[in-house]
Amino acid sequence: MATAPVKFYQVGSFAVGNRLLPPEQRSIQSDAERTNALTSGHRACQGCGEALGARYALDAAMRATDGKMIAVNATGCLEVFSTPYPESSWRIAWLHSLFGNAPAVATGVAAALKAQGRTDIRVVAQGGDGATVDIGFGALSGMFERNDDVLYICYDNEAYMNTGVQRSGATPPAARTATTQAVGPNPGNVFGQGKNLPRIAMAHEIPYVATATVADLRDLEAKVARAMEFRGARYLHLLVPCPLGWGSASCDTVRIARLATQSGLFPVFEAERGELVSSTPIRQRVGVEDYLKLQSRYGHLFSPKRREDVIDHLQANANRNIWRYNLVNADTKNADLLEPGTLS
Amino acid sequence: MKKPFAITLEVESSLANHTGSWRVERPQYVNLMPPCNNACPAGENIQNWLYVAEDGSYEAAWRALIVENPFPAIMGRVCYHPCQTACNRAQLDEAVGINSVERFLGDHAIEKGWSIPVTAQPTGFHVLIIGSGPAGLSAAYHLRRLGHEVTVREAANALGGMMRWGIPKYRLPREVLDAEIKRIADMGVKFELNTRVDNLESALKEGFNAIFLAVGAHIGKRAYIPAGEAAHILDAINVLHDVEDGQAPMLGRKVVVYGGGNTAIDVARTAKRLGAEESIIVYRRTREKAPANDTEIKEALEEGVLIKWLSTIKHADAGVLKVEKMALDEKGFPQPTGEYEDLEADSLVLALGQESDLSLLKDVPDLEVEDGVVKVNSMMMTGHAGIFAGGDMVPAERTVTTGVGHGKKAARNIDAWLRSIEYVGHDKHDIVEFKDLNPWYYSDAPRTVRPRLEGARRASTFDEVVQGLDESTALFEARRCMSCGNCFECDNCFGVCPDNAVIKLGTGLGFEINLDYCKGCGICVNECPSGSIVMIPEKS
Ligand SMILES: Cc1cc2nc3c(=O)[nH]c(=O)nc-3n(C[C@H](O)[C@H](O)[C@H](O)COP(=O)(O)OP(=O)(O)OC[C@H]3O[C@@H](n4cnc5c(N)ncnc54)[C@H](O)[C@@H]3O)c2cc1C
Ligand SMILES: Cc1ncc(C[n+]2csc(CCOP(=O)(O)OP(=O)(O)O)c2C)c(N)n1
Ligand code: SF4
Ligand code: SF4
Ligand SMILES: [Mg+2]
Repeated sequence: MATAPVKFYQVGSFAVGNRLLPPEQRSIQSDAERTNALTSGHRACQGCGEALGARYALDAAMRATDGKMIAVNATGCLEVFSTPYPESSWRIAWLHSLFGNAPAVATGVAAALKAQGRTDIRVVAQGGDGATVDIGFGALSGMFERNDDVLYICYDNEAYMNTGVQRSGATPPAARTATTQAVGPNPGNVFGQGKNLPRIAMAHEIPYVATATVADLRDLEAKVARAMEFRGARYLHLLVPCPLGWGSASCDTVRIARLATQSGLFPVFEAERGELVSSTPIRQRVGVEDYLKLQSRYGHLFSPKRREDVIDHLQANANRNIWRYNLVNADTKNADLLEPGTLS
Repeated sequence: MKKPFAITLEVESSLANHTGSWRVERPQYVNLMPPCNNACPAGENIQNWLYVAEDGSYEAAWRALIVENPFPAIMGRVCYHPCQTACNRAQLDEAVGINSVERFLGDHAIEKGWSIPVTAQPTGFHVLIIGSGPAGLSAAYHLRRLGHEVTVREAANALGGMMRWGIPKYRLPREVLDAEIKRIADMGVKFELNTRVDNLESALKEGFNAIFLAVGAHIGKRAYIPAGEAAHILDAINVLHDVEDGQAPMLGRKVVVYGGGNTAIDVARTAKRLGAEESIIVYRRTREKAPANDTEIKEALEEGVLIKWLSTIKHADAGVLKVEKMALDEKGFPQPTGEYEDLEADSLVLALGQESDLSLLKDVPDLEVEDGVVKVNSMMMTGHAGIFAGGDMVPAERTVTTGVGHGKKAARNIDAWLRSIEYVGHDKHDIVEFKDLNPWYYSDAPRTVRPRLEGARRASTFDEVVQGLDESTALFEARRCMSCGNCFECDNCFGVCPDNAVIKLGTGLGFEINLDYCKGCGICVNECPSGSIVMIPEKS
């Protein structure tokens, strides 16, 4: 019988698993023996994207390091919901110090390991967007600058969720938070402020910078594995929808992350030593509205009055990402859905 | 444990916290009815055998398929595949080429010589089947599998009914037909050829425990066409029958076929193959209204058959026909226009439908015949207890697949009736619609179209027109199935749960929800590609 290679595997690499692939080509998450770095019983909200993203990323890191890994956690939901005294959901070596010092603590852990001649043990630091782009930013920039041997993972849910959804430097324009209320002529968060940490990290010319989401597991796992091939400072920025803070249905977490990428609002790419080396093309392009509509933090853009101007502005931002990261190609469904927008 | 330096918490001590108590809804795995299965007249579990085939387990897939239908190689050639019309994948890119995978499995089984063992205990019951078309053969097969003794009486000198005497061999090669029938013979079904049953009453007295009638519909309908004495008028069914018998009639250089069904198309295509320069179909309505299958119309046109839509034949004479043009009225019905034209024709073949010859039933009490067909109940039983009927002779669509379905249904009901129990089929699950799926996860992949013999070349031979898929393309096609409404173990639920509350049971065993920790977020339901998980309210 002909044994021509069959390249098509029904769900390709989109689903978590694929019984048609040889085991070594399947995702780590599809493995019943995965680490489950963050296990059941944690107190994250129903449908928490951060809990999901943390397990995805850390299980992949555990696979890449053969289980020899220490994780340092900043204060935030991930820390609070995983370790309410006296319980812990962690199945890995894990430590927590303060809100703003995770990069510095991780640097210290790496230095201590080095002093002990245990550079086989790898260090991961992790925190929310507040911890990363705001309060811990100085420490993180130092860690980058010194090229300390740490993978830093930011779980970006676009606000300070743990303390009740306050704006952070990663909160997107127009989003409503407790501190950027939907009032006045320009409701929600302002345009033109905030920080794009992946780009800032790239500016440090560290070995590896990448973005990913909980909507594309295989991509996320590949990036963690790639990050672990480098020594020195590495940065991974994961978009993790937060049903509570975003006002979305708990069942829509993965869907919303997917729409963030397919609209162009969240570009998925990787960079080495400051240069963009790849971006994940959009597969089924959608307008930003498909993404915004599912989240009550953008509800004021649709009622009581539709804010065409604001939606257009957000669309222009998405189009700019598409242009900047080359996210649309000939294979993209609905590639010509929207004309390339003006830059903002 | 001594706790040095800082607070140390026990590893995974959060397992003590049963977050399942937060839940107001719970996910539940379901098996729903894929639209393909629902549309299959033979009741095949298509999704299931495609699933089995997807990893290359062709024998297992074939065995799963033949639980419902003994003729995959025949189906893969002549079935009009309503399954594909219903297939949800059509809404993503193109329907799954179910029929071509079926053919691949059927051909593969023939090539490998797989046989079907009869494992059921002999029941001691003996069933008589009259007619060896698809309905009769299917009933024989299923009754044998259930352990009954079966005798099939067939008037003709060979088995297969219209699959042999109607469907031409360029669509259904006889080696394929013979191979799939032989498998049934090998199961121990007794065939009596050249044995027309003229009188059912006397057959009844022979001591059979039940009878299944499947005599088909073989008498060509006549329309009154005024004709000169020398006009050469033939009946389509006879023409096809004679060709099969190796006694092709003289049709001449120019052949006109009257009718718009599949028989008309087959006769016109056959005429071309017999050497006619012109083969013209005359039909009173439009292409959209023609009962013939559109693919076959297309293939006929490709081969050079001409079709005059909206035309009726008014008069036939030697060498020439008088044809009247029709026009559609406001309601879309064809009406005569009074415009005539002459059409040269050496022969006129009538293909205006068929009727059943029910003369064998004349003395049987309680049988109800309406519009020339025998009435049956939901068990396929006629008004006379113990006499069942199916196929073209009962009111239903007249296709091979419907016949096969009738045969199966009748067999299962005959079995129950003989054992004095009631046959209960499976519960019918809700049908999965495209909107119930999450199509994001399926790779983009258009259908693998079966190669066809190029039109002009094939018109001159009786070689098979549509070729099969090779193994890699068949596998590709099988893998396009989205497994609508039935878990295919893609591990998405297992992956996307933020609470690790999905338990992977292992290959073939699926998944289970760990209700101690499931918070009821519903991500698994949303992200299940095949719509195999639903959310149900928690009992409060
Ligand atoms: C030209 C043509 C092309 C077709 N193409 C297709 C196609 O592509 N796809 C499709 O699905 N369907 C097709 N059909 C329809 C299909 O062939 C029939 O619907 C199907 O064969 C009916 O099955 P059956 O078992 O009811 O009867 P039949 O197939 O007609 O078989 C009845 C059998 O009973 C025997 N018989 C009759 N009376 C007696 C008696 N008194 N005693 C003993 N034996 C008797 C006959 O000799 C015959 O063998 C086609 C039909 C024709 C005519
Ligand atoms: C120095 C300091 N300031 C404030 C806090 C209170 N605090 C705890 S978590 C948190 C917000 C965390 O936000 P983010 O880092 O985005 O993580 P998230 O909870 O959103 O995952 C704040 C303000 C603190 N613990 N320490
Ligand atoms: S507030 Fe958001 S980030 Fe925090 S546990 Fe809830 S869903 Fe997760
Ligand atoms: S995708 Fe598969 S299960 Fe769904 S309708 Fe088509 S063949 Fe059937
Ligand atoms: Mg945050």
